[in-house]
Amino acid sequence: MMNRRQFCKKMFLVAGGVALPLAALELFDPKRLQAEKGGKGDTRWVFLIDTHKCVGCGFCVKACKIENEVPYDAKVSRTWVERYVVTKGGETLIDSPNAARDGFTSSRSDQNHNGLIDIKNEDIAKAFFVPKLCNQCDNPPCVQVCPVGATYQTADGVVLVDRSWCIGCGYCVMGCPYGVRFFHPVHHVAEKCNFCYHRITKGMSTACVDACPFGARRIGNLRDPKDPVTKIITTERVGVLKEEYGTKPQVFYLGLSMEVK
Amino acid sequence: MKNHVWRPLYIAIALVLLAVAARFIIVPSDFGVHERGYMYGWHRKSNEAEWKAVTVKYQTAKSCIPCHKEKYDDIKDSPHGKISCENCHGPRLGHPNDPKRLEINRARSLCLRCHTKLPYNGTLRGSMKGINPDTHYPQAECMMCHYPHDPRRQSHGQEVKR
Amino acid sequence: MVHGELWTIKEAFVYPNEYIYWSIQIVMYPFMTGLVAGAFVLSSLYHVFGFKQLREIARFSLVFSFALLPCAPLPLLLHLQQPLRNHHVLMTPHFSSAIAAFGIVFMTYGMIVASELWFVYRKHFVQRAADLRDNWQGGVEHVSYIIFNVLTLGAYDIGEESLHRDEKAVKYLAAAGIPVACFLHGYAGFIFGSVKANALWMTPLMPVIFICSAVVSGIALCILSFIVVSRLRITLNNWKIRHGVGTPAVSEMKDAELAIVTQTSRYLLIFLVLAISLELLDLIFRGYTAVKSWDILRSVIYEKDFVKIFILQYGLGNLVPFILLLMPRLTIRRAVAGTLLVLVGVFMMRWNVVIGGQAFSASFAGFMEYSLPIIPVSMETFREGLFGALFVVSMPYLLFLIFSRVMPVFDPGKVKNNL
Repeated sequence: MMNRRQFCKKMFLVAGGVALPLAALELFDPKRLQAEKGGKGDTRWVFLIDTHKCVGCGFCVKACKIENEVPYDAKVSRTWVERYVVTKGGETLIDSPNAARDGFTSSRSDQNHNGLIDIKNEDIAKAFFVPKLCNQCDNPPCVQVCPVGATYQTADGVVLVDRSWCIGCGYCVMGCPYGVRFFHPVHHVAEKCNFCYHRITKGMSTACVDACPFGARRIGNLRDPKDPVTKIITTERVGVLKEEYGTKPQVFYLGLSMEVK
Repeated sequence: MKNHVWRPLYIAIALVLLAVAARFIIVPSDFGVHERGYMYGWHRKSNEAEWKAVTVKYQTAKSCIPCHKEKYDDIKDSPHGKISCENCHGPRLGHPNDPKRLEINRARSLCLRCHTKLPYNGTLRGSMKGINPDTHYPQAECMMCHYPHDPRRQSHGQEVKR
Repeated sequence: MVHGELWTIKEAFVYPNEYIYWSIQIVMYPFMTGLVAGAFVLSSLYHVFGFKQLREIARFSLVFSFALLPCAPLPLLLHLQQPLRNHHVLMTPHFSSAIAAFGIVFMTYGMIVASELWFVYRKHFVQRAADLRDNWQGGVEHVSYIIFNVLTLGAYDIGEESLHRDEKAVKYLAAAGIPVACFLHGYAGFIFGSVKANALWMTPLMPVIFICSAVVSGIALCILSFIVVSRLRITLNNWKIRHGVGTPAVSEMKDAELAIVTQTSRYLLIFLVLAISLELLDLIFRGYTAVKSWDILRSVIYEKDFVKIFILQYGLGNLVPFILLLMPRLTIRRAVAGTLLVLVGVFMMRWNVVIGGQAFSASFAGFMEYSLPIIPVSMETFREGLFGALFVVSMPYLLFLIFSRVMPVFDPGKVKNNL
């Protein structure tokens, strides 16, 4: 009887082993592991935002929604602009009404359920606009948590979503500290900014960069030392958002303030 | 079949084999580990091409110049010269074949995106010319007085107050 | 309308794309897996450790655990935006994701429970098949003949030695099932605990807290169902006495019932203390270290969700049943009240983790409130609303009804000689 029991034990190990899909074995392919370290290739898309130049017109958001076929009236957007108003009393009011699709045309701050709050001109200590978009992180947590391999990073650093493979579990939406992901209202799969991948791979700029009249948004290639954006990132004082998450974001900011969330 | 104890195991093995077989049919052949490794590059390769093939809608102001040279000359040296045509007129896609696709947007809201006065010193917005939309001719269209392609010029013979 | 917009109320600044994407069904998911694990562990107590008093309840809880089993992934299916693509998890699993192994762990566990059931009921299947063949009536009987014949898997030998082998196999499977059941559930905790973007979820204690509260809820449900089952038996016996069939002593059965309930509730209390200690440790640690996220967490825990956390979860769901079960001379009525409150407490704990974790914006500058859709006016309000949750809760009973037609749980006459 003991013999059979031991045999049972072994058979369970075998069954467990067989239950592991063959895909798991690909993990240990040395060639693949070497590829994982990456860092080669001649392109790594990065973004540079100069908050001093942003006026909150929202043309970038409008262009993005139309260019990337995100329903115009849906209350989600691949990119958005935030307004920060810091009062002399030390209070910070942040808003982004309708993702700033129609710009900021009022001095009242939209606090959602708390209503519109107006701040008198003389009470304003500082105020500024901060455009946001996907950070195309070097360690994208959204990609790490996708259970089916429907979202991934390309060799040139852009994180894409395979609309035919996404199961819509929302784990990536939860995993992103920047809140850039949402469910596409038509396709019902995860959706995010992809630096207008169809444009940048054709030698064009992103729709938001083209729409910005003030040069507040710029896109560049970090692996090209002659790229003006690369020059600024490597020679000037730039900041990134939420560094503490270890995501290594690749959207760099000039003129970031401590209030920026 | 001396020992029936293994029968559930046979079924389990059959199910696993079925799943493996289904994998061969269902999983696209180009699905695998790509440039960024298993952690970040586990995907269907052809999806990259699908994203690259998305139609470009905003074709930049440059594409407007060949047909609208006079408008380009009109705006190029004005303070509004850096605003892309498509920002106000809409994306060019399909426009050459169907000109009516693009309308001339005269809405106040378009101008107010930049010219609602917001006293934010330290940003470009704070130093831009702006109005209070509630008190500055609330019923009027901006272009009744201001010429949008070149705000330095007046629109209908009326002098623009600076 | 964007997914999530319907039930999310935003307050102050919330990123434009932020909504409560994980709603009631994600609360149901860990709650249901916890019950599955608990029910299975109870049946194992009899099969592995030989708690003879649990004989009747062991068979009940094994079948019930099998009925609960398909209901654990059911909330996930209802939650998915693309439910028809669920098999992608098995086809191209991405193991760096905590969800990827769910299908494999779940299937392994399902196979263990199914095979155990087969060994327990094989004799019954063989007898029924033989019975139907000998008393051939055709028609509907023909269908059941085929069903039972298939269920025997062609193993018709019900000799002494053969049945002995069945017993051995059951013992082994029940033992193997315990760690798998715990893994299945601790794993659900890992899904939340590993989300670094969520300040409330991210703690290495999450899987342990989840296992402890799962065992608590599992034992609570088992005590509750055990009481229900033994009440049924007592009623049955009363009926038998009235009709002069057999002579079981009702008073003895009542004593035995109370003894088991008292004993089992001790285990429940141990795990309850463990679960609460871990949760309080987590809370104290967060307050003491007071990292960047503490300001917003404090206003969620002590202000926005105060009633849900301190009154419903810790008070009504933990403290009250703790006193009820700890007081000497436990009565059946008190045990029922206690276990029901424990179930409420564990449900509220799941709610406060899942919904509470989304009650604040990742910007730490605003809040989101979840308003549960009640009336199912559309598919979405059904799936992610009250009726979707009720559907998930009622499914195990429906399945149990079907399973018990094939695998008798209550009728002692039919399975008397089996194990």
